[in-house]
Amino acid sequence: MSAGITPSQTVGPFLAIGLPWPDGPFVVPEGTPGAIVISGRVFDGAGQPLPDALVETWQADPQSRFDHPDDPRGAAPPRAGFRGFGRCATDAAGAYRIVTLRPGRLPCEDGRVEAPHLDVSVFARGLLDRVVTRIYFSDESDANAADPVLASIADPARRATLIAAAGPSAGTDVTPFRFDIRLQGENETVFFDV
Amino acid sequence: MTVSDPPGLSGLSLPQYAAATGVHPPLASPEYASTRLRAPSQPLVALPQRLTEITGPLLGAERVTAADADLTAGHPGEPLGERIVLAGRVLDADGRPVPDTLIEIWQANASGRYAHAVDDHPAPLDPNFTGAGRCVTDSLGRYRFVTIKPGAYPWRNHHNAWRPAHIHFSLFGRAFTQRLITQMYFPSDPLFPFDPIFNSIPDPAARQRLIARFDLDLTEPDWALGYRWDIVLRGRTATVFERREGQ
Repeated sequence: MSAGITPSQTVGPFLAIGLPWPDGPFVVPEGTPGAIVISGRVFDGAGQPLPDALVETWQADPQSRFDHPDDPRGAAPPRAGFRGFGRCATDAAGAYRIVTLRPGRLPCEDGRVEAPHLDVSVFARGLLDRVVTRIYFSDESDANAADPVLASIADPARRATLIAAAGPSAGTDVTPFRFDIRLQGENETVFFDV
Repeated sequence: MTVSDPPGLSGLSLPQYAAATGVHPPLASPEYASTRLRAPSQPLVALPQRLTEITGPLLGAERVTAADADLTAGHPGEPLGERIVLAGRVLDADGRPVPDTLIEIWQANASGRYAHAVDDHPAPLDPNFTGAGRCVTDSLGRYRFVTIKPGAYPWRNHHNAWRPAHIHFSLFGRAFTQRLITQMYFPSDPLFPFDPIFNSIPDPAARQRLIARFDLDLTEPDWALGYRWDIVLRGRTATVFERREGQ
């Protein structure tokens, strides 16, 4: 039922007063073995970067589990140093950066399996409600091919907006992924109604 | 299934969160000029609520100290303005309290100026007011802040545009589906009819749900006016999915 639900309003241009946390971008601490870094920029319909957006991520752990009582498989024991949740405000260039672990694949009620993914909320001045998207990984092509959410998007070009591209590891053991978010227009990111 | 598939959901149920149909503002609300280049132009794609959506960060006491709920404290002196107590409950649409959930707020000072480099409104900053607070709801979903009433301020949306006084609220609830960021307003603000953000909410009755009410019982004699505001997140219903043989 929707009766009585409190409506959403924009975060406005001053979210930096209240929302960023020093440890927000670190789903796991920097330097955690096996960590991946997901970074990118947020753009508007004119191709201009958003210096006043907030990107939040939520995900399973590498063993496909959640530290949450509503996971019907039982809550995973808390993993030291893994929060599941990331939050990063964009900088003057519209850039954000999240340090995390690659999530595991997730079972669906119908027996299918979702590919590793992060759920993403984007907040900004000019967004009266959050927009929701997902980050998948370019080096998970078999899992992606079987993913029911990706399969629900008919246009391959639109589907591609949900895939973070693996980059060279630049001499470290941290795999970097690039995921830009385009709110409107050419190559507009797929956004979800959840 | 291949041997490497994760354990299934055989016979297990996932809660589902009811849609908030018609409650939230349309993303494309051109009267609010900043939506014109930022609202997506493609229709949203339906995302079934599965494990990632029906779980969410349960951030609580570890991120908050008791002092964080008093925005008038933590500076050398008292901020200027009308001191207020702001309290209420966080509930879901079925009336169940949402306990132990993080609330974050931020706001302008009594003059209508944010402590932020981008705010160039020529109203004074207050060295005794930053304007950020947080708390965690108790076991009954209750929260309480002490702050000052923010001022109205001008913005550039249209000629002679002024925002009604408001406090920004961020809530997590229990699941990714319940995440909400909104604004709380004060009763009888004369700016309501002219504000495209407030009026972006299509249902006039839903707009009223963003307005706190003055509460004499919450008001503390010789100290602070009381305002009460309850926040309602999406409700949930348990749905059982049966595992089909052979899958």
